[in-house]
Amino acid sequence: MDFAAIVLVQVAYAIASLALISVGLAVIYGMMKVINFAHGEFLMLGGYAVILPVQAGVNLWIAMLIIAPLAVGLFGIVVERLIIRPLYGRVIDTVLATWGLSLLLIGLASAVLGYYQEGSKPPLGSVAIGAYRESVYTFFVIGVATAVMLALYLGLKRTRFGLIARGTMQNPAMAAAVGVDTGKIYAATFGLGAALSGLAGGILAPISGVVPVIGATYIAKAFITVISGGATVLVGTAAAATLLGSVNQIVTFVTGPVVGEVALLAAAVILLRLLPAGITGRLFRGGV
Amino acid sequence: MKLGVSDAGRLALAAAGVAAMIVLPRVVELFTLVELAVFCILAILALSLAFVWGFGGILSFGQSAFFGLGGYAYALAIANIGESTVPILLGILVPMLFAVLLGYFMFYGRISDVYLAVITLTVSLIFYHLINSTSGPDYMIGKARLGGHNGIPGIPPINLPGDPAAQLDIAVVFQVSLATLLLVYFGLRALLASQFGRVLVAIRENELRAELLGYDARRYKLFAFTIGAGIAGLAGVLFATWGSFIGPSVFSIGFSAQIIIWIIIGGLGTLGGAVLGTVLIQYLTTWLGESKIADANLVLGVVFIVFVLLVPNGLVPTARKLMSARRRVGR
Repeated sequence: MDFAAIVLVQVAYAIASLALISVGLAVIYGMMKVINFAHGEFLMLGGYAVILPVQAGVNLWIAMLIIAPLAVGLFGIVVERLIIRPLYGRVIDTVLATWGLSLLLIGLASAVLGYYQEGSKPPLGSVAIGAYRESVYTFFVIGVATAVMLALYLGLKRTRFGLIARGTMQNPAMAAAVGVDTGKIYAATFGLGAALSGLAGGILAPISGVVPVIGATYIAKAFITVISGGATVLVGTAAAATLLGSVNQIVTFVTGPVVGEVALLAAAVILLRLLPAGITGRLFRGGV
Repeated sequence: MKLGVSDAGRLALAAAGVAAMIVLPRVVELFTLVELAVFCILAILALSLAFVWGFGGILSFGQSAFFGLGGYAYALAIANIGESTVPILLGILVPMLFAVLLGYFMFYGRISDVYLAVITLTVSLIFYHLINSTSGPDYMIGKARLGGHNGIPGIPPINLPGDPAAQLDIAVVFQVSLATLLLVYFGLRALLASQFGRVLVAIRENELRAELLGYDARRYKLFAFTIGAGIAGLAGVLFATWGSFIGPSVFSIGFSAQIIIWIIIGGLGTLGGAVLGTVLIQYLTTWLGESKIADANLVLGVVFIVFVLLVPNGLVPTARKLMSARRRVGR
C-alpha cells in the first residue's frame, strides 16, 4: 500500500517535471511555430537567476517564484526583438539562430560563471508515507506544475488577451486586419514562454543543480514532448507529458533509469507513428 | 560532346581534387593532413544529409545515427574478423538496413515535417542512451567490448583488401577520404540528374502532384533515405578508422544538429554548399580551440546568429545570385 503510494507520487512527479520543462517551449512553438533551440539555456538562466540571488542573501522563494521568471521573461522579450522578429515564418532559420543563441549563452555562462556547480539540497525536508520518506519539495513541484497548467488554460480560454492570442495563432493576417498588433502579441507570447522556462529552471535548480551546459539535458525531452502533443499546445503538452512521464517512471521502477529513458523515447516514436500529427491531431481537438 | 559552363566547372573540380590528392601529402605537414582528412570525412556526412534533406525534402534530425551505426558496425566487425574489407561493407550495409526499417515505419505511416524530424532525433537518442549504458564487461559482441560511454578505442585502420598487414598510413587515409568525397559528390550529382533524381525533386516540390502523376512518393523517399544512410555509414567507417576511436557522443543531439548547421551555412539545396559549410565551420572550430582567442561556443553562436540574419540563403546560393547579377550588369 505504502509502496503503491510512493510509486504514484513518483509518477506524478515525473509528469509534473516533464510538463514544467516543456510548457515554455510549447507556448512559443504553439503560438509562433518557432522552435526555440535555446530553450534549455533559458532553463539554465532560470536556474542561475535563483542560485545567484540566494547566494547574495535573497529569500529562496522570492528568487524562485518572482526573480527567475521575471528575469528570463525580460530576456526573452529582448531576444524576440533582436533575433526572432526578423525570422518569422522561416522555421529552419529560427532553428539555426536559436541554436546560435544557445551556444552563445553556454559560452557566456561558462566564461562568466565557470563550470563550478553550486551544490544545494532541496528545501522543506521530507515527509513520511508509511515506511517510506518523500521530500516535501516533490509535492511542491507537482503543485506548481498543476497551477501553471491551470493558469495558462484559464488565461488562454477566459481572458481577453487569451482570446486575441488564440485568434492571432489561428490566423495572423485576419487578426491584423481587425486591428490587433500581432507584433506585440508575438513579443508578449515569447516573453511569456521565456518566463515559464525561467520559472521551470528556477524550480528545478535546487534538485538538479546548475551548470552552463545543463540545457542539453532538457532540450531533447522538452522538444519531443511538445511535438508529440501536437498542434493544440497546452492540452497536447499536458497529455504527452502524462503519457511519456508515466511510461518513463513506471519502467524506471521496474528495470532502471536507462531503460526508463529509452522507454520514454520509444513510446514517443510509437505514439507519432500511430498519431502522425501528435496526440491533439486526433484527440482533444477543442482545447487550447 | 558539347560542354556547358557547369560541366567545365565540374571537370575542373575533379582535376583539382585529383591534384590535391597527389600533391598535398608531399607538401603539407602530417598534422595538417590529419585535419584535412577529417574535414573530408565530415563533408561526406554533410553530403548525405544535403541529399536527403536538400533534394528529398526529408529533414532527418538523426543523420548522425547512421554515421554512428556505420562506425560501430566497422569497429565491432573488424575486432572479430581482423581484416577490413567485410567490416567496411558492413559499415555501409547495417545503416542502410536500419534506414529501410525506420524509413518504412515513417514514410509508409505518412509521417512528415517536424514529426519526422522528432522521430529521427528520438531514435538517435535511443542509441545514445543504450550504447552509453553498455560499459560493463558483459556487453560483448563476439570478441569486442561495446565500451559504453568510454567508446571503443584502438580500432584497427583499413588495410589493403585481403592483406591485414598492409595497413594504410595517414597520408593514404587522407587520399582515400578525399577520393571518397569526390566519388560521393559526383555519384550524387549523377543520381540527381537521372530520372530518379528528377522525380525526387518533384516530390520535394509538391508531393501530392507527383503522386497524382503516378509516382509512389513513399518508395522514392525510402530509397533516398536509404542511400543517404549508406553514405553516412561510410563516413562513419572512415571516421572510426581516422581516429581509431568511436564513442556514443556521435549519437548526441549536438552532433546531429551540427550537420544541419553545416548545410544551412553552405546553402540548403546544394551539394557544394554542404562541403563548403562543413569545412568552414570545422576549420573555425579547430582554430578557435587551438588559438584560445575566445570561447569556441561563444564565437560560433555569434557567427550563426549574424549569419542567419545577414546571409539567410546560405553561402553558395548567395554567391550564385551575386555572380549572375554581375554578369547581367556586365552585358
